[in-house]
Amino acid sequence: MRKVLLRATNVDKSYAGVHALNRASFELHAGEVHALIGENGAGKSTLIKIITGAVLPDAGEIQLDGKTIAQNSPRLAKQLGIAAIYQQPALFPELSIAENIAIGLEDSSVFSRVDWRGRKRRASQLLARIGARIDPDAEAGDLTMPQQQLVEIARALGAEAKILIMDEPTASLSEEDTQNLFAVIRQLRDEGVGIVYISHRLEELPLIADRVTVMRDGRTIDTRLMSEVNRQQLIQLMVGRELSAVFPKKSVQLGEVVLELRGLGCSTSGIHDVNMSVRAGEIVGLAGVVGGGRTELARIIFGLTPADRGEIVLKGERINIRSAGQAIECGIAYVPEDRRRHGVILDLPISANITLASLDRFRRLAAIDFRREREAAADYTRKLGIKTPAIHAAVATLSGGNQQKVALSRWLLTKPAVLILDEPTQGIDVGAKSEVHALMTELAAQGMAILMISSELPEILGMSDRVAVMCGGTIVSTLDRAEATQEKILALALGHHV
Amino acid sequence: MKLKPYKRELSASLAYAALLIVVAIIAPSFFSVTNLRDLALNNAPVLLVAIGMTMVILVAQIDISVGSQFAVATVAAGVLAKAGVPIPLLLPSIVLIGALMGAVNGVLIGKLRLPSIIVTLAMLVAWRDALRWTTGGEWVQNLPANFQWFGLGQSLGQWLIVIISVVLLVVFSWALRNLAAGRAIYAVGSDAEAARLAGIEPATFTAWVFALLGALVGLAALLNAVRFSTVPSNAGLGLELKAIAAVVVGGTAITGGRGTLIGTLIGVALLGTIGTALTFVGINPFWEKAIQGTIILAALASDFVLGQELFLTQRRSGAAAEKAS
Repeated sequence: MRKVLLRATNVDKSYAGVHALNRASFELHAGEVHALIGENGAGKSTLIKIITGAVLPDAGEIQLDGKTIAQNSPRLAKQLGIAAIYQQPALFPELSIAENIAIGLEDSSVFSRVDWRGRKRRASQLLARIGARIDPDAEAGDLTMPQQQLVEIARALGAEAKILIMDEPTASLSEEDTQNLFAVIRQLRDEGVGIVYISHRLEELPLIADRVTVMRDGRTIDTRLMSEVNRQQLIQLMVGRELSAVFPKKSVQLGEVVLELRGLGCSTSGIHDVNMSVRAGEIVGLAGVVGGGRTELARIIFGLTPADRGEIVLKGERINIRSAGQAIECGIAYVPEDRRRHGVILDLPISANITLASLDRFRRLAAIDFRREREAAADYTRKLGIKTPAIHAAVATLSGGNQQKVALSRWLLTKPAVLILDEPTQGIDVGAKSEVHALMTELAAQGMAILMISSELPEILGMSDRVAVMCGGTIVSTLDRAEATQEKILALALGHHV
Repeated sequence: MKLKPYKRELSASLAYAALLIVVAIIAPSFFSVTNLRDLALNNAPVLLVAIGMTMVILVAQIDISVGSQFAVATVAAGVLAKAGVPIPLLLPSIVLIGALMGAVNGVLIGKLRLPSIIVTLAMLVAWRDALRWTTGGEWVQNLPANFQWFGLGQSLGQWLIVIISVVLLVVFSWALRNLAAGRAIYAVGSDAEAARLAGIEPATFTAWVFALLGALVGLAALLNAVRFSTVPSNAGLGLELKAIAAVVVGGTAITGGRGTLIGTLIGVALLGTIGTALTFVGINPFWEKAIQGTIILAALASDFVLGQELFLTQRRSGAAAEKAS
């Protein structure tokens, strides 16, 4: 039996009447990767916050190495060797890597002299330990997201963390960077660090996790050995019901070519010689690694960074799109990545968010017709199953999955011919995810041409009629549904020829 | 529930009501028709500027050059009137001059993406000193007889000024709520990039809002100028502070995206009444600025407290919505 590092027993926490944690119990061994999964709102974040001392539990006990932690606080948790790394790296962008690592490690007063050389040496050593080739003098803001994560891990190592909590670390990583991160995680595990690993990507858990704990409605439902459960069982535990099919893809009679790109390029965003087409009723998956140019291509089509070479042909007509407004008029819709920041406007009510891109159609004389706006919003709220107390509530009050549905509603209301979805299910829970997939299927059946960018290969394989793989700013190959496999796509995306 | 978004407007009007009640008890003579009309008259120009300022702050920008624009427009009104421009032409000319000054800010800030605080700081100095250099500090005198009160006589002229201000408040308030452009202003101020992705051009709206503020400043300057028989070359000193303070006290978020013109009206009324009220109550009017400052701080502090509360209720209803699933 392995040594128990951390034990949480019957932890309870309520926020203003909502039971966020309901007698949750959790056990972490030294030298294991322990996955923590559950839908959004299941209580994972609250449990993590209690372990890291950010919030105090109402009841229950946290033990570290068999000793009860009485008054936990972020400071105490850090001293005890608990470190957490969140989805968005929290580095100071203007400071160097060495300084970023030093912050929080050095026990210095305001007037103590800075040991610049020592800082640099230590940073180099820590980075070398996890095999990261990063210059300690580089500014953190210049690093890529995966590099920044490695710096955070190095910082946790420097603090001699015994417990490392990782919240969705692979959410914005490409397949390749994910593999590198996994190698680092395995190394730390073998050194005896206990790792709590939170992820929505169930398919990656068998690759990295030793055990898995499933949470639902604030309770810890079950803890299993990863080798003894499959994906379907995990989903059942998470949702408490059986999901009929993971990807509700239906074959649809394909129509005319709706969108065609001929030799499209844009020098400012590094996109060149893109040739592709999307037909009515077709879902084309756009695969590739981060930096392959997928989002950049979408932004060209939507007029955000207009093309300077080649042409965009919509329903047989050559169009010249210079702004998002023009793209919308042409019948192109783009649901951006990173919905929390740009997909919806958090301060505006749900109804205003839904009609924002098609307000022209809600005009009576010069003014907005509030009655029709309400009806349209209520209509989409019902159709897409947006869970909200009121349509005049600010979008900020919704959960991630529901915010994404509001973003989708906005674009469906414009009745687009072409719908571009950029990471449509990133960071939303399993239930909402399959609802979004079902919706995509239905839209395709209605004859919409859909271009879907996704970093999740199962999603690409499960939803696409064809898969266009991008690498180095252009489409290197387009695979039919039948011939596409994870291995082929990955090889193409990484620049290998098949 | 429905009142929640208007909490700040509510608390500001409660504070105003409290002030009026205190004054009513100690000095009922404050509520004479003449005094109230003078009060409205004195604050009408501030209200007009504050309407434009509200929109600028709603798009998450600021304009501290309005005082200098006001001075330029005031002198321009005097000079044009003296040159024989007829009154029906004078009004649109001055509004246009104001709009052009505002458009300069708007283009620099919206299209070139320069920071508004610096651009308008430069304009504050530039317009004021350009004016000093051109006029040599001299006032415009010997204005035609029909300049004062637009030749309508004092009583009618006074009412006209108050009515124009109130009508514009109602019009802009309606427009912000009911026009697509009004909604775009809130969207741009809340999240400019998200607005751009929804097909709204933040640069265009930002530029227009500054031009609108300029036009309102021009109008305010003219309506203020016609109250007197000569035109000063140093008008509008400190106007930017009055307008910004009123907007903030009225509940518009300085970070943009949230606020209403009704709140701004209450802010103008609250800050504008205090000076006169002090005189009536018998307190040394030197306290006016200190008390105004305290009110601004109180407004911001209550923002902070309400903000925290709002955050909690949002999380609560968000969590509740998820529970319902």
